[in-house]
Amino acid sequence: METQELIRISFRAILSNKLRSFLTTLGIIIGVFAIILLVSIGAGLQSYITNQIEGFGSNLIFLIPGRIGGARTPGGQSSNKLLISDTKTIQLKLKNMASVAPIVQQISTVKYKNKTDKGVSIMGTTSNYIKTVKNALVEKGSFFNFAQEQSGAKVATIGESVKTNLFGNNNPIGKKVYISNNTYTVIGVMKKRGAIFGIDQDNIIIVPVAAAQQQFGLTHINAAYIAVNNQNQIADVKDKVSKILLKRLSEDDFTLQTAESSLSIVANVTNVLQIALGGIAAIALLVGGIGVANIMLVSVTERTKEIGLRKALGAKRSDILKQFLLEAVILSLSGGIVGIILGLTASYILSLFLVSQVTPFSIILAFGFSVMIGIIFGMAPAIRASKLNPIDALRYE
Amino acid sequence: MKSTNVLINLSKITKDYVTEDITTNVLKGISLVVNKGDFIAITGRSGSGKSTLMNIIGVLDIPTSGTYILNNVDVSKMEEDELAFVRNKEIGFVFQSFNLLNRASALENVILPSIYAGVKPSERHDRAVKILKDLGLQDKMNNRPNQLSGGQQQRVAIARALMNNPELILADEPTGNLDTKSGQDVMNILKNLNNQGKTIVLITHEADIAKHAKKIIHIEDGKLIH
Repeated sequence: METQELIRISFRAILSNKLRSFLTTLGIIIGVFAIILLVSIGAGLQSYITNQIEGFGSNLIFLIPGRIGGARTPGGQSSNKLLISDTKTIQLKLKNMASVAPIVQQISTVKYKNKTDKGVSIMGTTSNYIKTVKNALVEKGSFFNFAQEQSGAKVATIGESVKTNLFGNNNPIGKKVYISNNTYTVIGVMKKRGAIFGIDQDNIIIVPVAAAQQQFGLTHINAAYIAVNNQNQIADVKDKVSKILLKRLSEDDFTLQTAESSLSIVANVTNVLQIALGGIAAIALLVGGIGVANIMLVSVTERTKEIGLRKALGAKRSDILKQFLLEAVILSLSGGIVGIILGLTASYILSLFLVSQVTPFSIILAFGFSVMIGIIFGMAPAIRASKLNPIDALRYE
Repeated sequence: MKSTNVLINLSKITKDYVTEDITTNVLKGISLVVNKGDFIAITGRSGSGKSTLMNIIGVLDIPTSGTYILNNVDVSKMEEDELAFVRNKEIGFVFQSFNLLNRASALENVILPSIYAGVKPSERHDRAVKILKDLGLQDKMNNRPNQLSGGQQQRVAIARALMNNPELILADEPTGNLDTKSGQDVMNILKNLNNQGKTIVLITHEADIAKHAKKIIHIEDGKLIH
C-alpha cells in the first residue's frame, strides 16, 4: 500500500475523533513545549555567562594575588604580595608578546561642584587597559594615553553611573572633579557595562596607575590583565609570566587564569543544568507517549471490524501494522510540532526580559523525540492490530 | 486430471476447534467441486458448519486436514500473508452486514481492494467509477454508507467485490439484512454476474434465496448432503 494512501487513512482516522486526538496530543504538546523551553533557558544561561567571560577577551590571562584553594592568613584573606613593580617587570620582559594592564583599586568619594558621589571605585591602570579588555569601551571623549600614564597625569575617564550622578545630562568632558582632595580632569566617559551579579560596573573612575599610586600610596595590585598578542601563545605566555613571578614569589602568592579555564568550568555547570532540565521535560513527554499508546489501543479495539474487513480484502499484516503505526506517529508528531511552535514563542517572550536562547539542537531533539515516542508507543497497539485473526475481527461487534 | 474448468476443489476437508481441551469437529470430511461459471448455494441451519465452510472456501481460514485447490493453487497450507494475497486476487466477498467503512465514500470503499493489489490511483479510480455506474450508483459515489439505503449499501459492497475482477464471488447471507424488494435486486445482480461468467457461491439459510442458484448443496452436522 502506498504511503500517500496510508497518510490519508491516518489523517481521516485522527480527524474523525477530534477531541480525543487533541487531548492525546496535548500530552505530547506539553512535553515538547517543556523540552524546548527548559533547554532554551539552560542554553540562554550558558550563553549569558559565556558572553560575560568572553567579553574580557579570549586572549587574556588574568593575574590575581593568592592561590585559589591555597594558603590563607588567619583572617581568611590571602596576603597580597603582588606589587605594581611586578607587572612592570612582566611588561618589560614580554613586551613583544603581550601587553599588561595592572589594576589597583581604592574606594573613594568624588565631588563635582555641590554634588557628591560616595563609594566610587577608583581604578588605576595603564593605557594598555583599553585595548586589553574587550568590553571596556570609551563612549565619549578619550582614554588616557601612554604619555599621560607615564607622567601620572591627573586625568579621569568616568563610568556611566558616575557621570549620571555628578553631571546628569551635562557634558562632563573637560570638567574638574575632586577625588578625595585631588583634582582630576575628566577626559572621557566609558560605555555602559551594566551590573554583574548585582555589582554596578559603571560606578567607576579610571585614572593612570601612577596617579593613584601617588595619591593613595598604593604599592600592591588587585589584579592584572595580560593580553597575549598571538592567541596561540597563551599557554606559553602564561608559563613565562609564572616563571618571572616565581623568581620573587612562591606558587601560593598568585593565580593565573585564562578565559578558557573559566569557560570550561561554566560549561560543565550549565551542561549538567541543561541535562537536568531536559530530563524533567523528557518525563513529561514520556507521560504523553503513554497517552498515545493508550488511545491507540482503544482505537485498535474500536476498529477491530475494520481491521478484519481490510484483511479479508487482502491487507497483509504489514499493511495493518504500518497503518496504525503511522497513525500513532502522526498523532505524536503533530503534538510535537505544536509543542515546538509554542515552545519557541514562549522562549522568545522569555528572552525579552530573562535569559533564554533557542538552540537548533533542542528543536531537532524535540522533533526526534516526538517521532520516536510515536513509534515506540504506537508499536504495541499496531502489532496487536496486525495479529488479529480476520474471521474473529469480522465477527466482532 | 486437474481440469482448468474446476475453480474450487475441496477434498476431505475437516476443521476442528479446540477450546479448553475440548475438541469440536465442525467439518467432518467435506469434498466438493465447483466449476467455473457455477452458481451454487450452500444451505444449512446455524451450527451446521456452514460459516466455517464459507471461511475455508474464502481462505479466511485453513482446514485442519484435507486439501483445497483454488484456481489450480493449493491454498490449504498457506501462511497468513499468502492467504491475504489469494483473497485479494481470487475472491470477492459480499457480507450480510455489508461491512463498508463508514468514514469513506462509496467510491473509496469500492477502490479499497485495488489499493492492496497495488493498482495505480488513476486506473483504480476509473475502474471503480465504471463498476458503480454499471450497478446504477453513479449518483451515490461520493455518499457515505450511512447516507445510503441497505440495498444501495449492498450494491456498493458488490461493486467492491468486483473491483479486482476475481473468479469467485462469495456471498454470505447477502440478503439477510435487506427487505424483500432489495434482496430480490441483489439476487438479480448476482444472477447477472453469473451470466457474465462469474462463479458464485452463496451461503444462506433461506430456501427462497437458495433457489436462485443453479445447484443447492445442504450441509448438516459438518457433512454435505447432496
